[in-house]
Amino acid sequence: MNFNIEYNTLKSIAGPLIVVDRIGNAAYNEIVRIRLQNNETILGQVIETTSKFAIVQVFGQTTGIDISNTSVTFTGETFNMPVSEDMLGRVFNGQAQPIDYKAGIIYETKQDINGLALNPVSRVMPNDFIQTGISTIDGLMTLVRGQKLPIFSSSGLQHNQLTAQIIRQAKTRKSNENFAIVFAGIGITHDDAIYFINEFKETGAINRTVSFINFADDPSIERILTPRIALTTAEFLAFEKNMHVLVILNDMTNYAESLRELSSAKNEVPGRRGYPGYTYTDLASLFERAGIIKGKNASITQLDVVTMPGDDITHPIPDLTGYITEGQIFLSRDLANKGIYPPVNPLGSLSRLMNQGIGSGKTREDHRGIADQLYSAYAKAQEAKNLSSIVGMDALSDMDRLYLKFGESFENKFIGQRHDENRDIEQTLDIGWDLISEFPEQELSRIKSEFVQKYYKQKKQIAGAAQA
Amino acid sequence: MGIIEKVSGPIVIANKMLGAKMYDVVKVGDSKLVGEIIQLHEDKAIIQVYEDTAGIRPGEGVSTTALPLSVSLGPGLIANIYDGIQRPLEEIEKESGAYISKGISLNSLDQKKKWDFVANKDLKQNAEVDEGTILGYVQETEIIKHYIMVPPGIHGKISGLKSGRHTIKDAIAVINDGGRKTEVRMMQTRAVRKAGKYKNKIMVDEPLVTGQRVVDTFFPIAKGGTAAVPGAFGTGKTVIQHQLAKWSDAQIIIYIGCGERGNEMTEVLTEFPELKDPKTGKPLMERTILIANTSNMPVAAREASVYTGITIAEYFRDMGYDVAVMADSTSRWAEAMREVSARLEEMPGEEGYPAYLPKRLAEFYERGGKVETINGKQGSITIIGAVSPPGGDISEPVSQGTLRITKTFWALDAALASSRHFPSINWLSSYSLYEGNLKNWYIKNIGREFIENRDEAMRILQREAELKNIVQLVGADALPDPERIILEIGRMIRENFLFQSAYDDIDTFSSLSKQHMMLDLILHFNMLAESAVKEVSAEKIVQLEAKKEISKMREIREKDFAAFAENAKKSIENGFSDLLKANQ
Repeated sequence: MNFNIEYNTLKSIAGPLIVVDRIGNAAYNEIVRIRLQNNETILGQVIETTSKFAIVQVFGQTTGIDISNTSVTFTGETFNMPVSEDMLGRVFNGQAQPIDYKAGIIYETKQDINGLALNPVSRVMPNDFIQTGISTIDGLMTLVRGQKLPIFSSSGLQHNQLTAQIIRQAKTRKSNENFAIVFAGIGITHDDAIYFINEFKETGAINRTVSFINFADDPSIERILTPRIALTTAEFLAFEKNMHVLVILNDMTNYAESLRELSSAKNEVPGRRGYPGYTYTDLASLFERAGIIKGKNASITQLDVVTMPGDDITHPIPDLTGYITEGQIFLSRDLANKGIYPPVNPLGSLSRLMNQGIGSGKTREDHRGIADQLYSAYAKAQEAKNLSSIVGMDALSDMDRLYLKFGESFENKFIGQRHDENRDIEQTLDIGWDLISEFPEQELSRIKSEFVQKYYKQKKQIAGAAQA
Repeated sequence: MGIIEKVSGPIVIANKMLGAKMYDVVKVGDSKLVGEIIQLHEDKAIIQVYEDTAGIRPGEGVSTTALPLSVSLGPGLIANIYDGIQRPLEEIEKESGAYISKGISLNSLDQKKKWDFVANKDLKQNAEVDEGTILGYVQETEIIKHYIMVPPGIHGKISGLKSGRHTIKDAIAVINDGGRKTEVRMMQTRAVRKAGKYKNKIMVDEPLVTGQRVVDTFFPIAKGGTAAVPGAFGTGKTVIQHQLAKWSDAQIIIYIGCGERGNEMTEVLTEFPELKDPKTGKPLMERTILIANTSNMPVAAREASVYTGITIAEYFRDMGYDVAVMADSTSRWAEAMREVSARLEEMPGEEGYPAYLPKRLAEFYERGGKVETINGKQGSITIIGAVSPPGGDISEPVSQGTLRITKTFWALDAALASSRHFPSINWLSSYSLYEGNLKNWYIKNIGREFIENRDEAMRILQREAELKNIVQLVGADALPDPERIILEIGRMIRENFLFQSAYDDIDTFSSLSKQHMMLDLILHFNMLAESAVKEVSAEKIVQLEAKKEISKMREIREKDFAAFAENAKKSIENGFSDLLKANQ
């Protein structure tokens, strides 16, 4: 097939799909350039190819495309994007074109945006503790380098503020390491985009940040590209330039909706709530691009935002995401309504890689035990609360009342913190001991007795000394 | 040689394929991607491709290997890690670096390594052999003797069999079937989609001891049994699968990571070589084979990975081993089936899954079981399948299809998981249909009290659940004292027995005798409390100092436990008698 020929053989246009006839043999997933009557060019990709025709998905509006005056060129390549270290500090649109009116970029190389599957043998188990300065996260759902840990939020909750605070405060206990941030706004509002860019500027992080913004009013099909472009850039910075990259994909629910839109345009059999049957595989091909490769001092950590439509964690998108990612940070409306920031509810949250990143030498020896005990005590506090709403406070046992009280102070002192409050891990764990020491010692069944001896008694002694 | 007509995702349609057979493996396109023929229409073949098809064009060629999808079997399997179609991931790394590039063709087993083959002395020159007859063995790892068997479909008179150092491709004997001579090698191949032969299925009668208290004591699985582990995300399916792979007393473990996280496989690869088998003291990796087709690897190979795993399991079963297969997660396998089915434009069944889903699930689990092998040995395959139901709702087709076949059901409970009660196996809704089969084994090996204690503990847990419902309405104060004791004992069983930390060096594994002593101690406390409550208040019993002994149990090492239990029993007895004395 000749790559320079412009084909004028459009047969049909439906939504984001066009069918190009009599073209010979286009490659599956090949990139095409579509030239409109007004000479504007948009990109497309072959999603089905036969010896007679090809179906092309257009990354942009099909408004303005007509059957007779549009021509299509096949590039012979799958989607490769140019990448360069010079991209740091710059802002791009969702198709990786600069939108910050600065000088052109000299690109170093091109990479396929779909990436390749990372061999599990070549991965290194993530085990470097990242201190976010946020007690609930550091204490109960510890983030480690190379992990993918999304924030499950809902409309109206402060996930953007929380994300910004984590970006501002996150650090490991090692120093002098090269880091970078890749921020992908997927269908976000202009307000949110400005908020993040200003935040990066104020903290000086902007010079270490590459931003890709697909605005809410940009073509929704472009959202299929944006996370892939961001991750390809992250892989280049990490594994070619030896940086520790934090990737933020915000918001993946918008991405999934575009996937659904495209699927319905393709007349595919819809799965749950209209999302295609391959949504799991498709999301996995993005989330799995986090990790650490053997022999490289580099990593990709993903802190993505997923909003739960209708606050429903069983909605297909948060549900499938939870099956792929290594845990989740769950924001709850109840806590937010009580005025608690960040409204991270530990009971729906989890970090699967926590154990790799905590313990003596990494955080502190008692971390696992105190975390388990706080979780279980907070769960009991919820039970006690439910009970009290039925039978009233008077019918509660003394122990139930103790749990009820614990629940409140836990929400206020442990979960709640200021937007600019950066707690180190010792502080976080000490607050935990403070709260847990209100219980009698026998109640602490989740903590090894040696640590109870050491930390529980210590607290009592301090309290005793203060009284004396 | 055929010509590609159409490419759509993992499905390729090729013309001029007359002569090709169903399920033949083919090489697709210029980059020679591995595929398998799944439909034939006149000269048109529909092929599912096990690698990413991006870049493939109509007009490129397709060639058939004329062989069905098969696995290579022989020394070198143990401790290896393969992708879904048995390509060795470590070799792929050497070939293509950290990322898996396309069109790689590598031998599944090391063909150059020489093994010490020890011939079976019972086989005299010209002895009659049949498929499965054991020709000798290779000591593959310190704990695994890898028996070399006559490959399927071959029989006759054997000659030239003797011990020596060989590669798996060297001839080790010749089998003469009425003039048709076949050279036998240590390596054989087996097609993966067909169940292997065996003489008879045997009733299961022995538990797979897993060291997990809630499993072994309450919901045991038999060697040769099947279990389903459905659970929403975050309920600990993978941790349970890992725990079973680590501590269960099977001789060979096949771990299939089917469409799951890459880091989980890395975790197994980093952890297992460090961990020691509690029985043999050897690294756990020396009995483990991993199949890793992570969620970002091609979807068609994910469909194949389950068959690859079970076929390797059958091979070791035929040697007379007890094999355990962990498939995590069968839902991803079913989804791969659904995706391929949708691309073929088949009429969808429930939730878009193909109508043949239940049949495929049943066929897979039926490849488990305890059997008399074709060579007269006894071997078993235990299958433990994780299921990932959307939203944790097990009314969906994969969970339901699985529950109809499997005999053990470990119901993972999201509420337990969020209060960090692990393993989050719900004791009220789980079941094991093997209790009857295994009863005699438990009585003979642990004692009748083990069964009695279990039944007693289960009664308490059920009673506790009922009482908790009442407490929800009227508060705990309204309960009479004997019932408050039941609540307390229920709590003890839950927190000190059912709760088990996978991350604690000691607690991660409990032998059956430790499990027995632990439960015995709690029930001893219960017995004393039941009689004491006639005289003293429940409040005082609940606050008994000696209760601390019970909350310490999990931290006590195996070797110290008998002595600890003895002392603990005494101090509990003393605690109660002091309490009663003080009351008088």
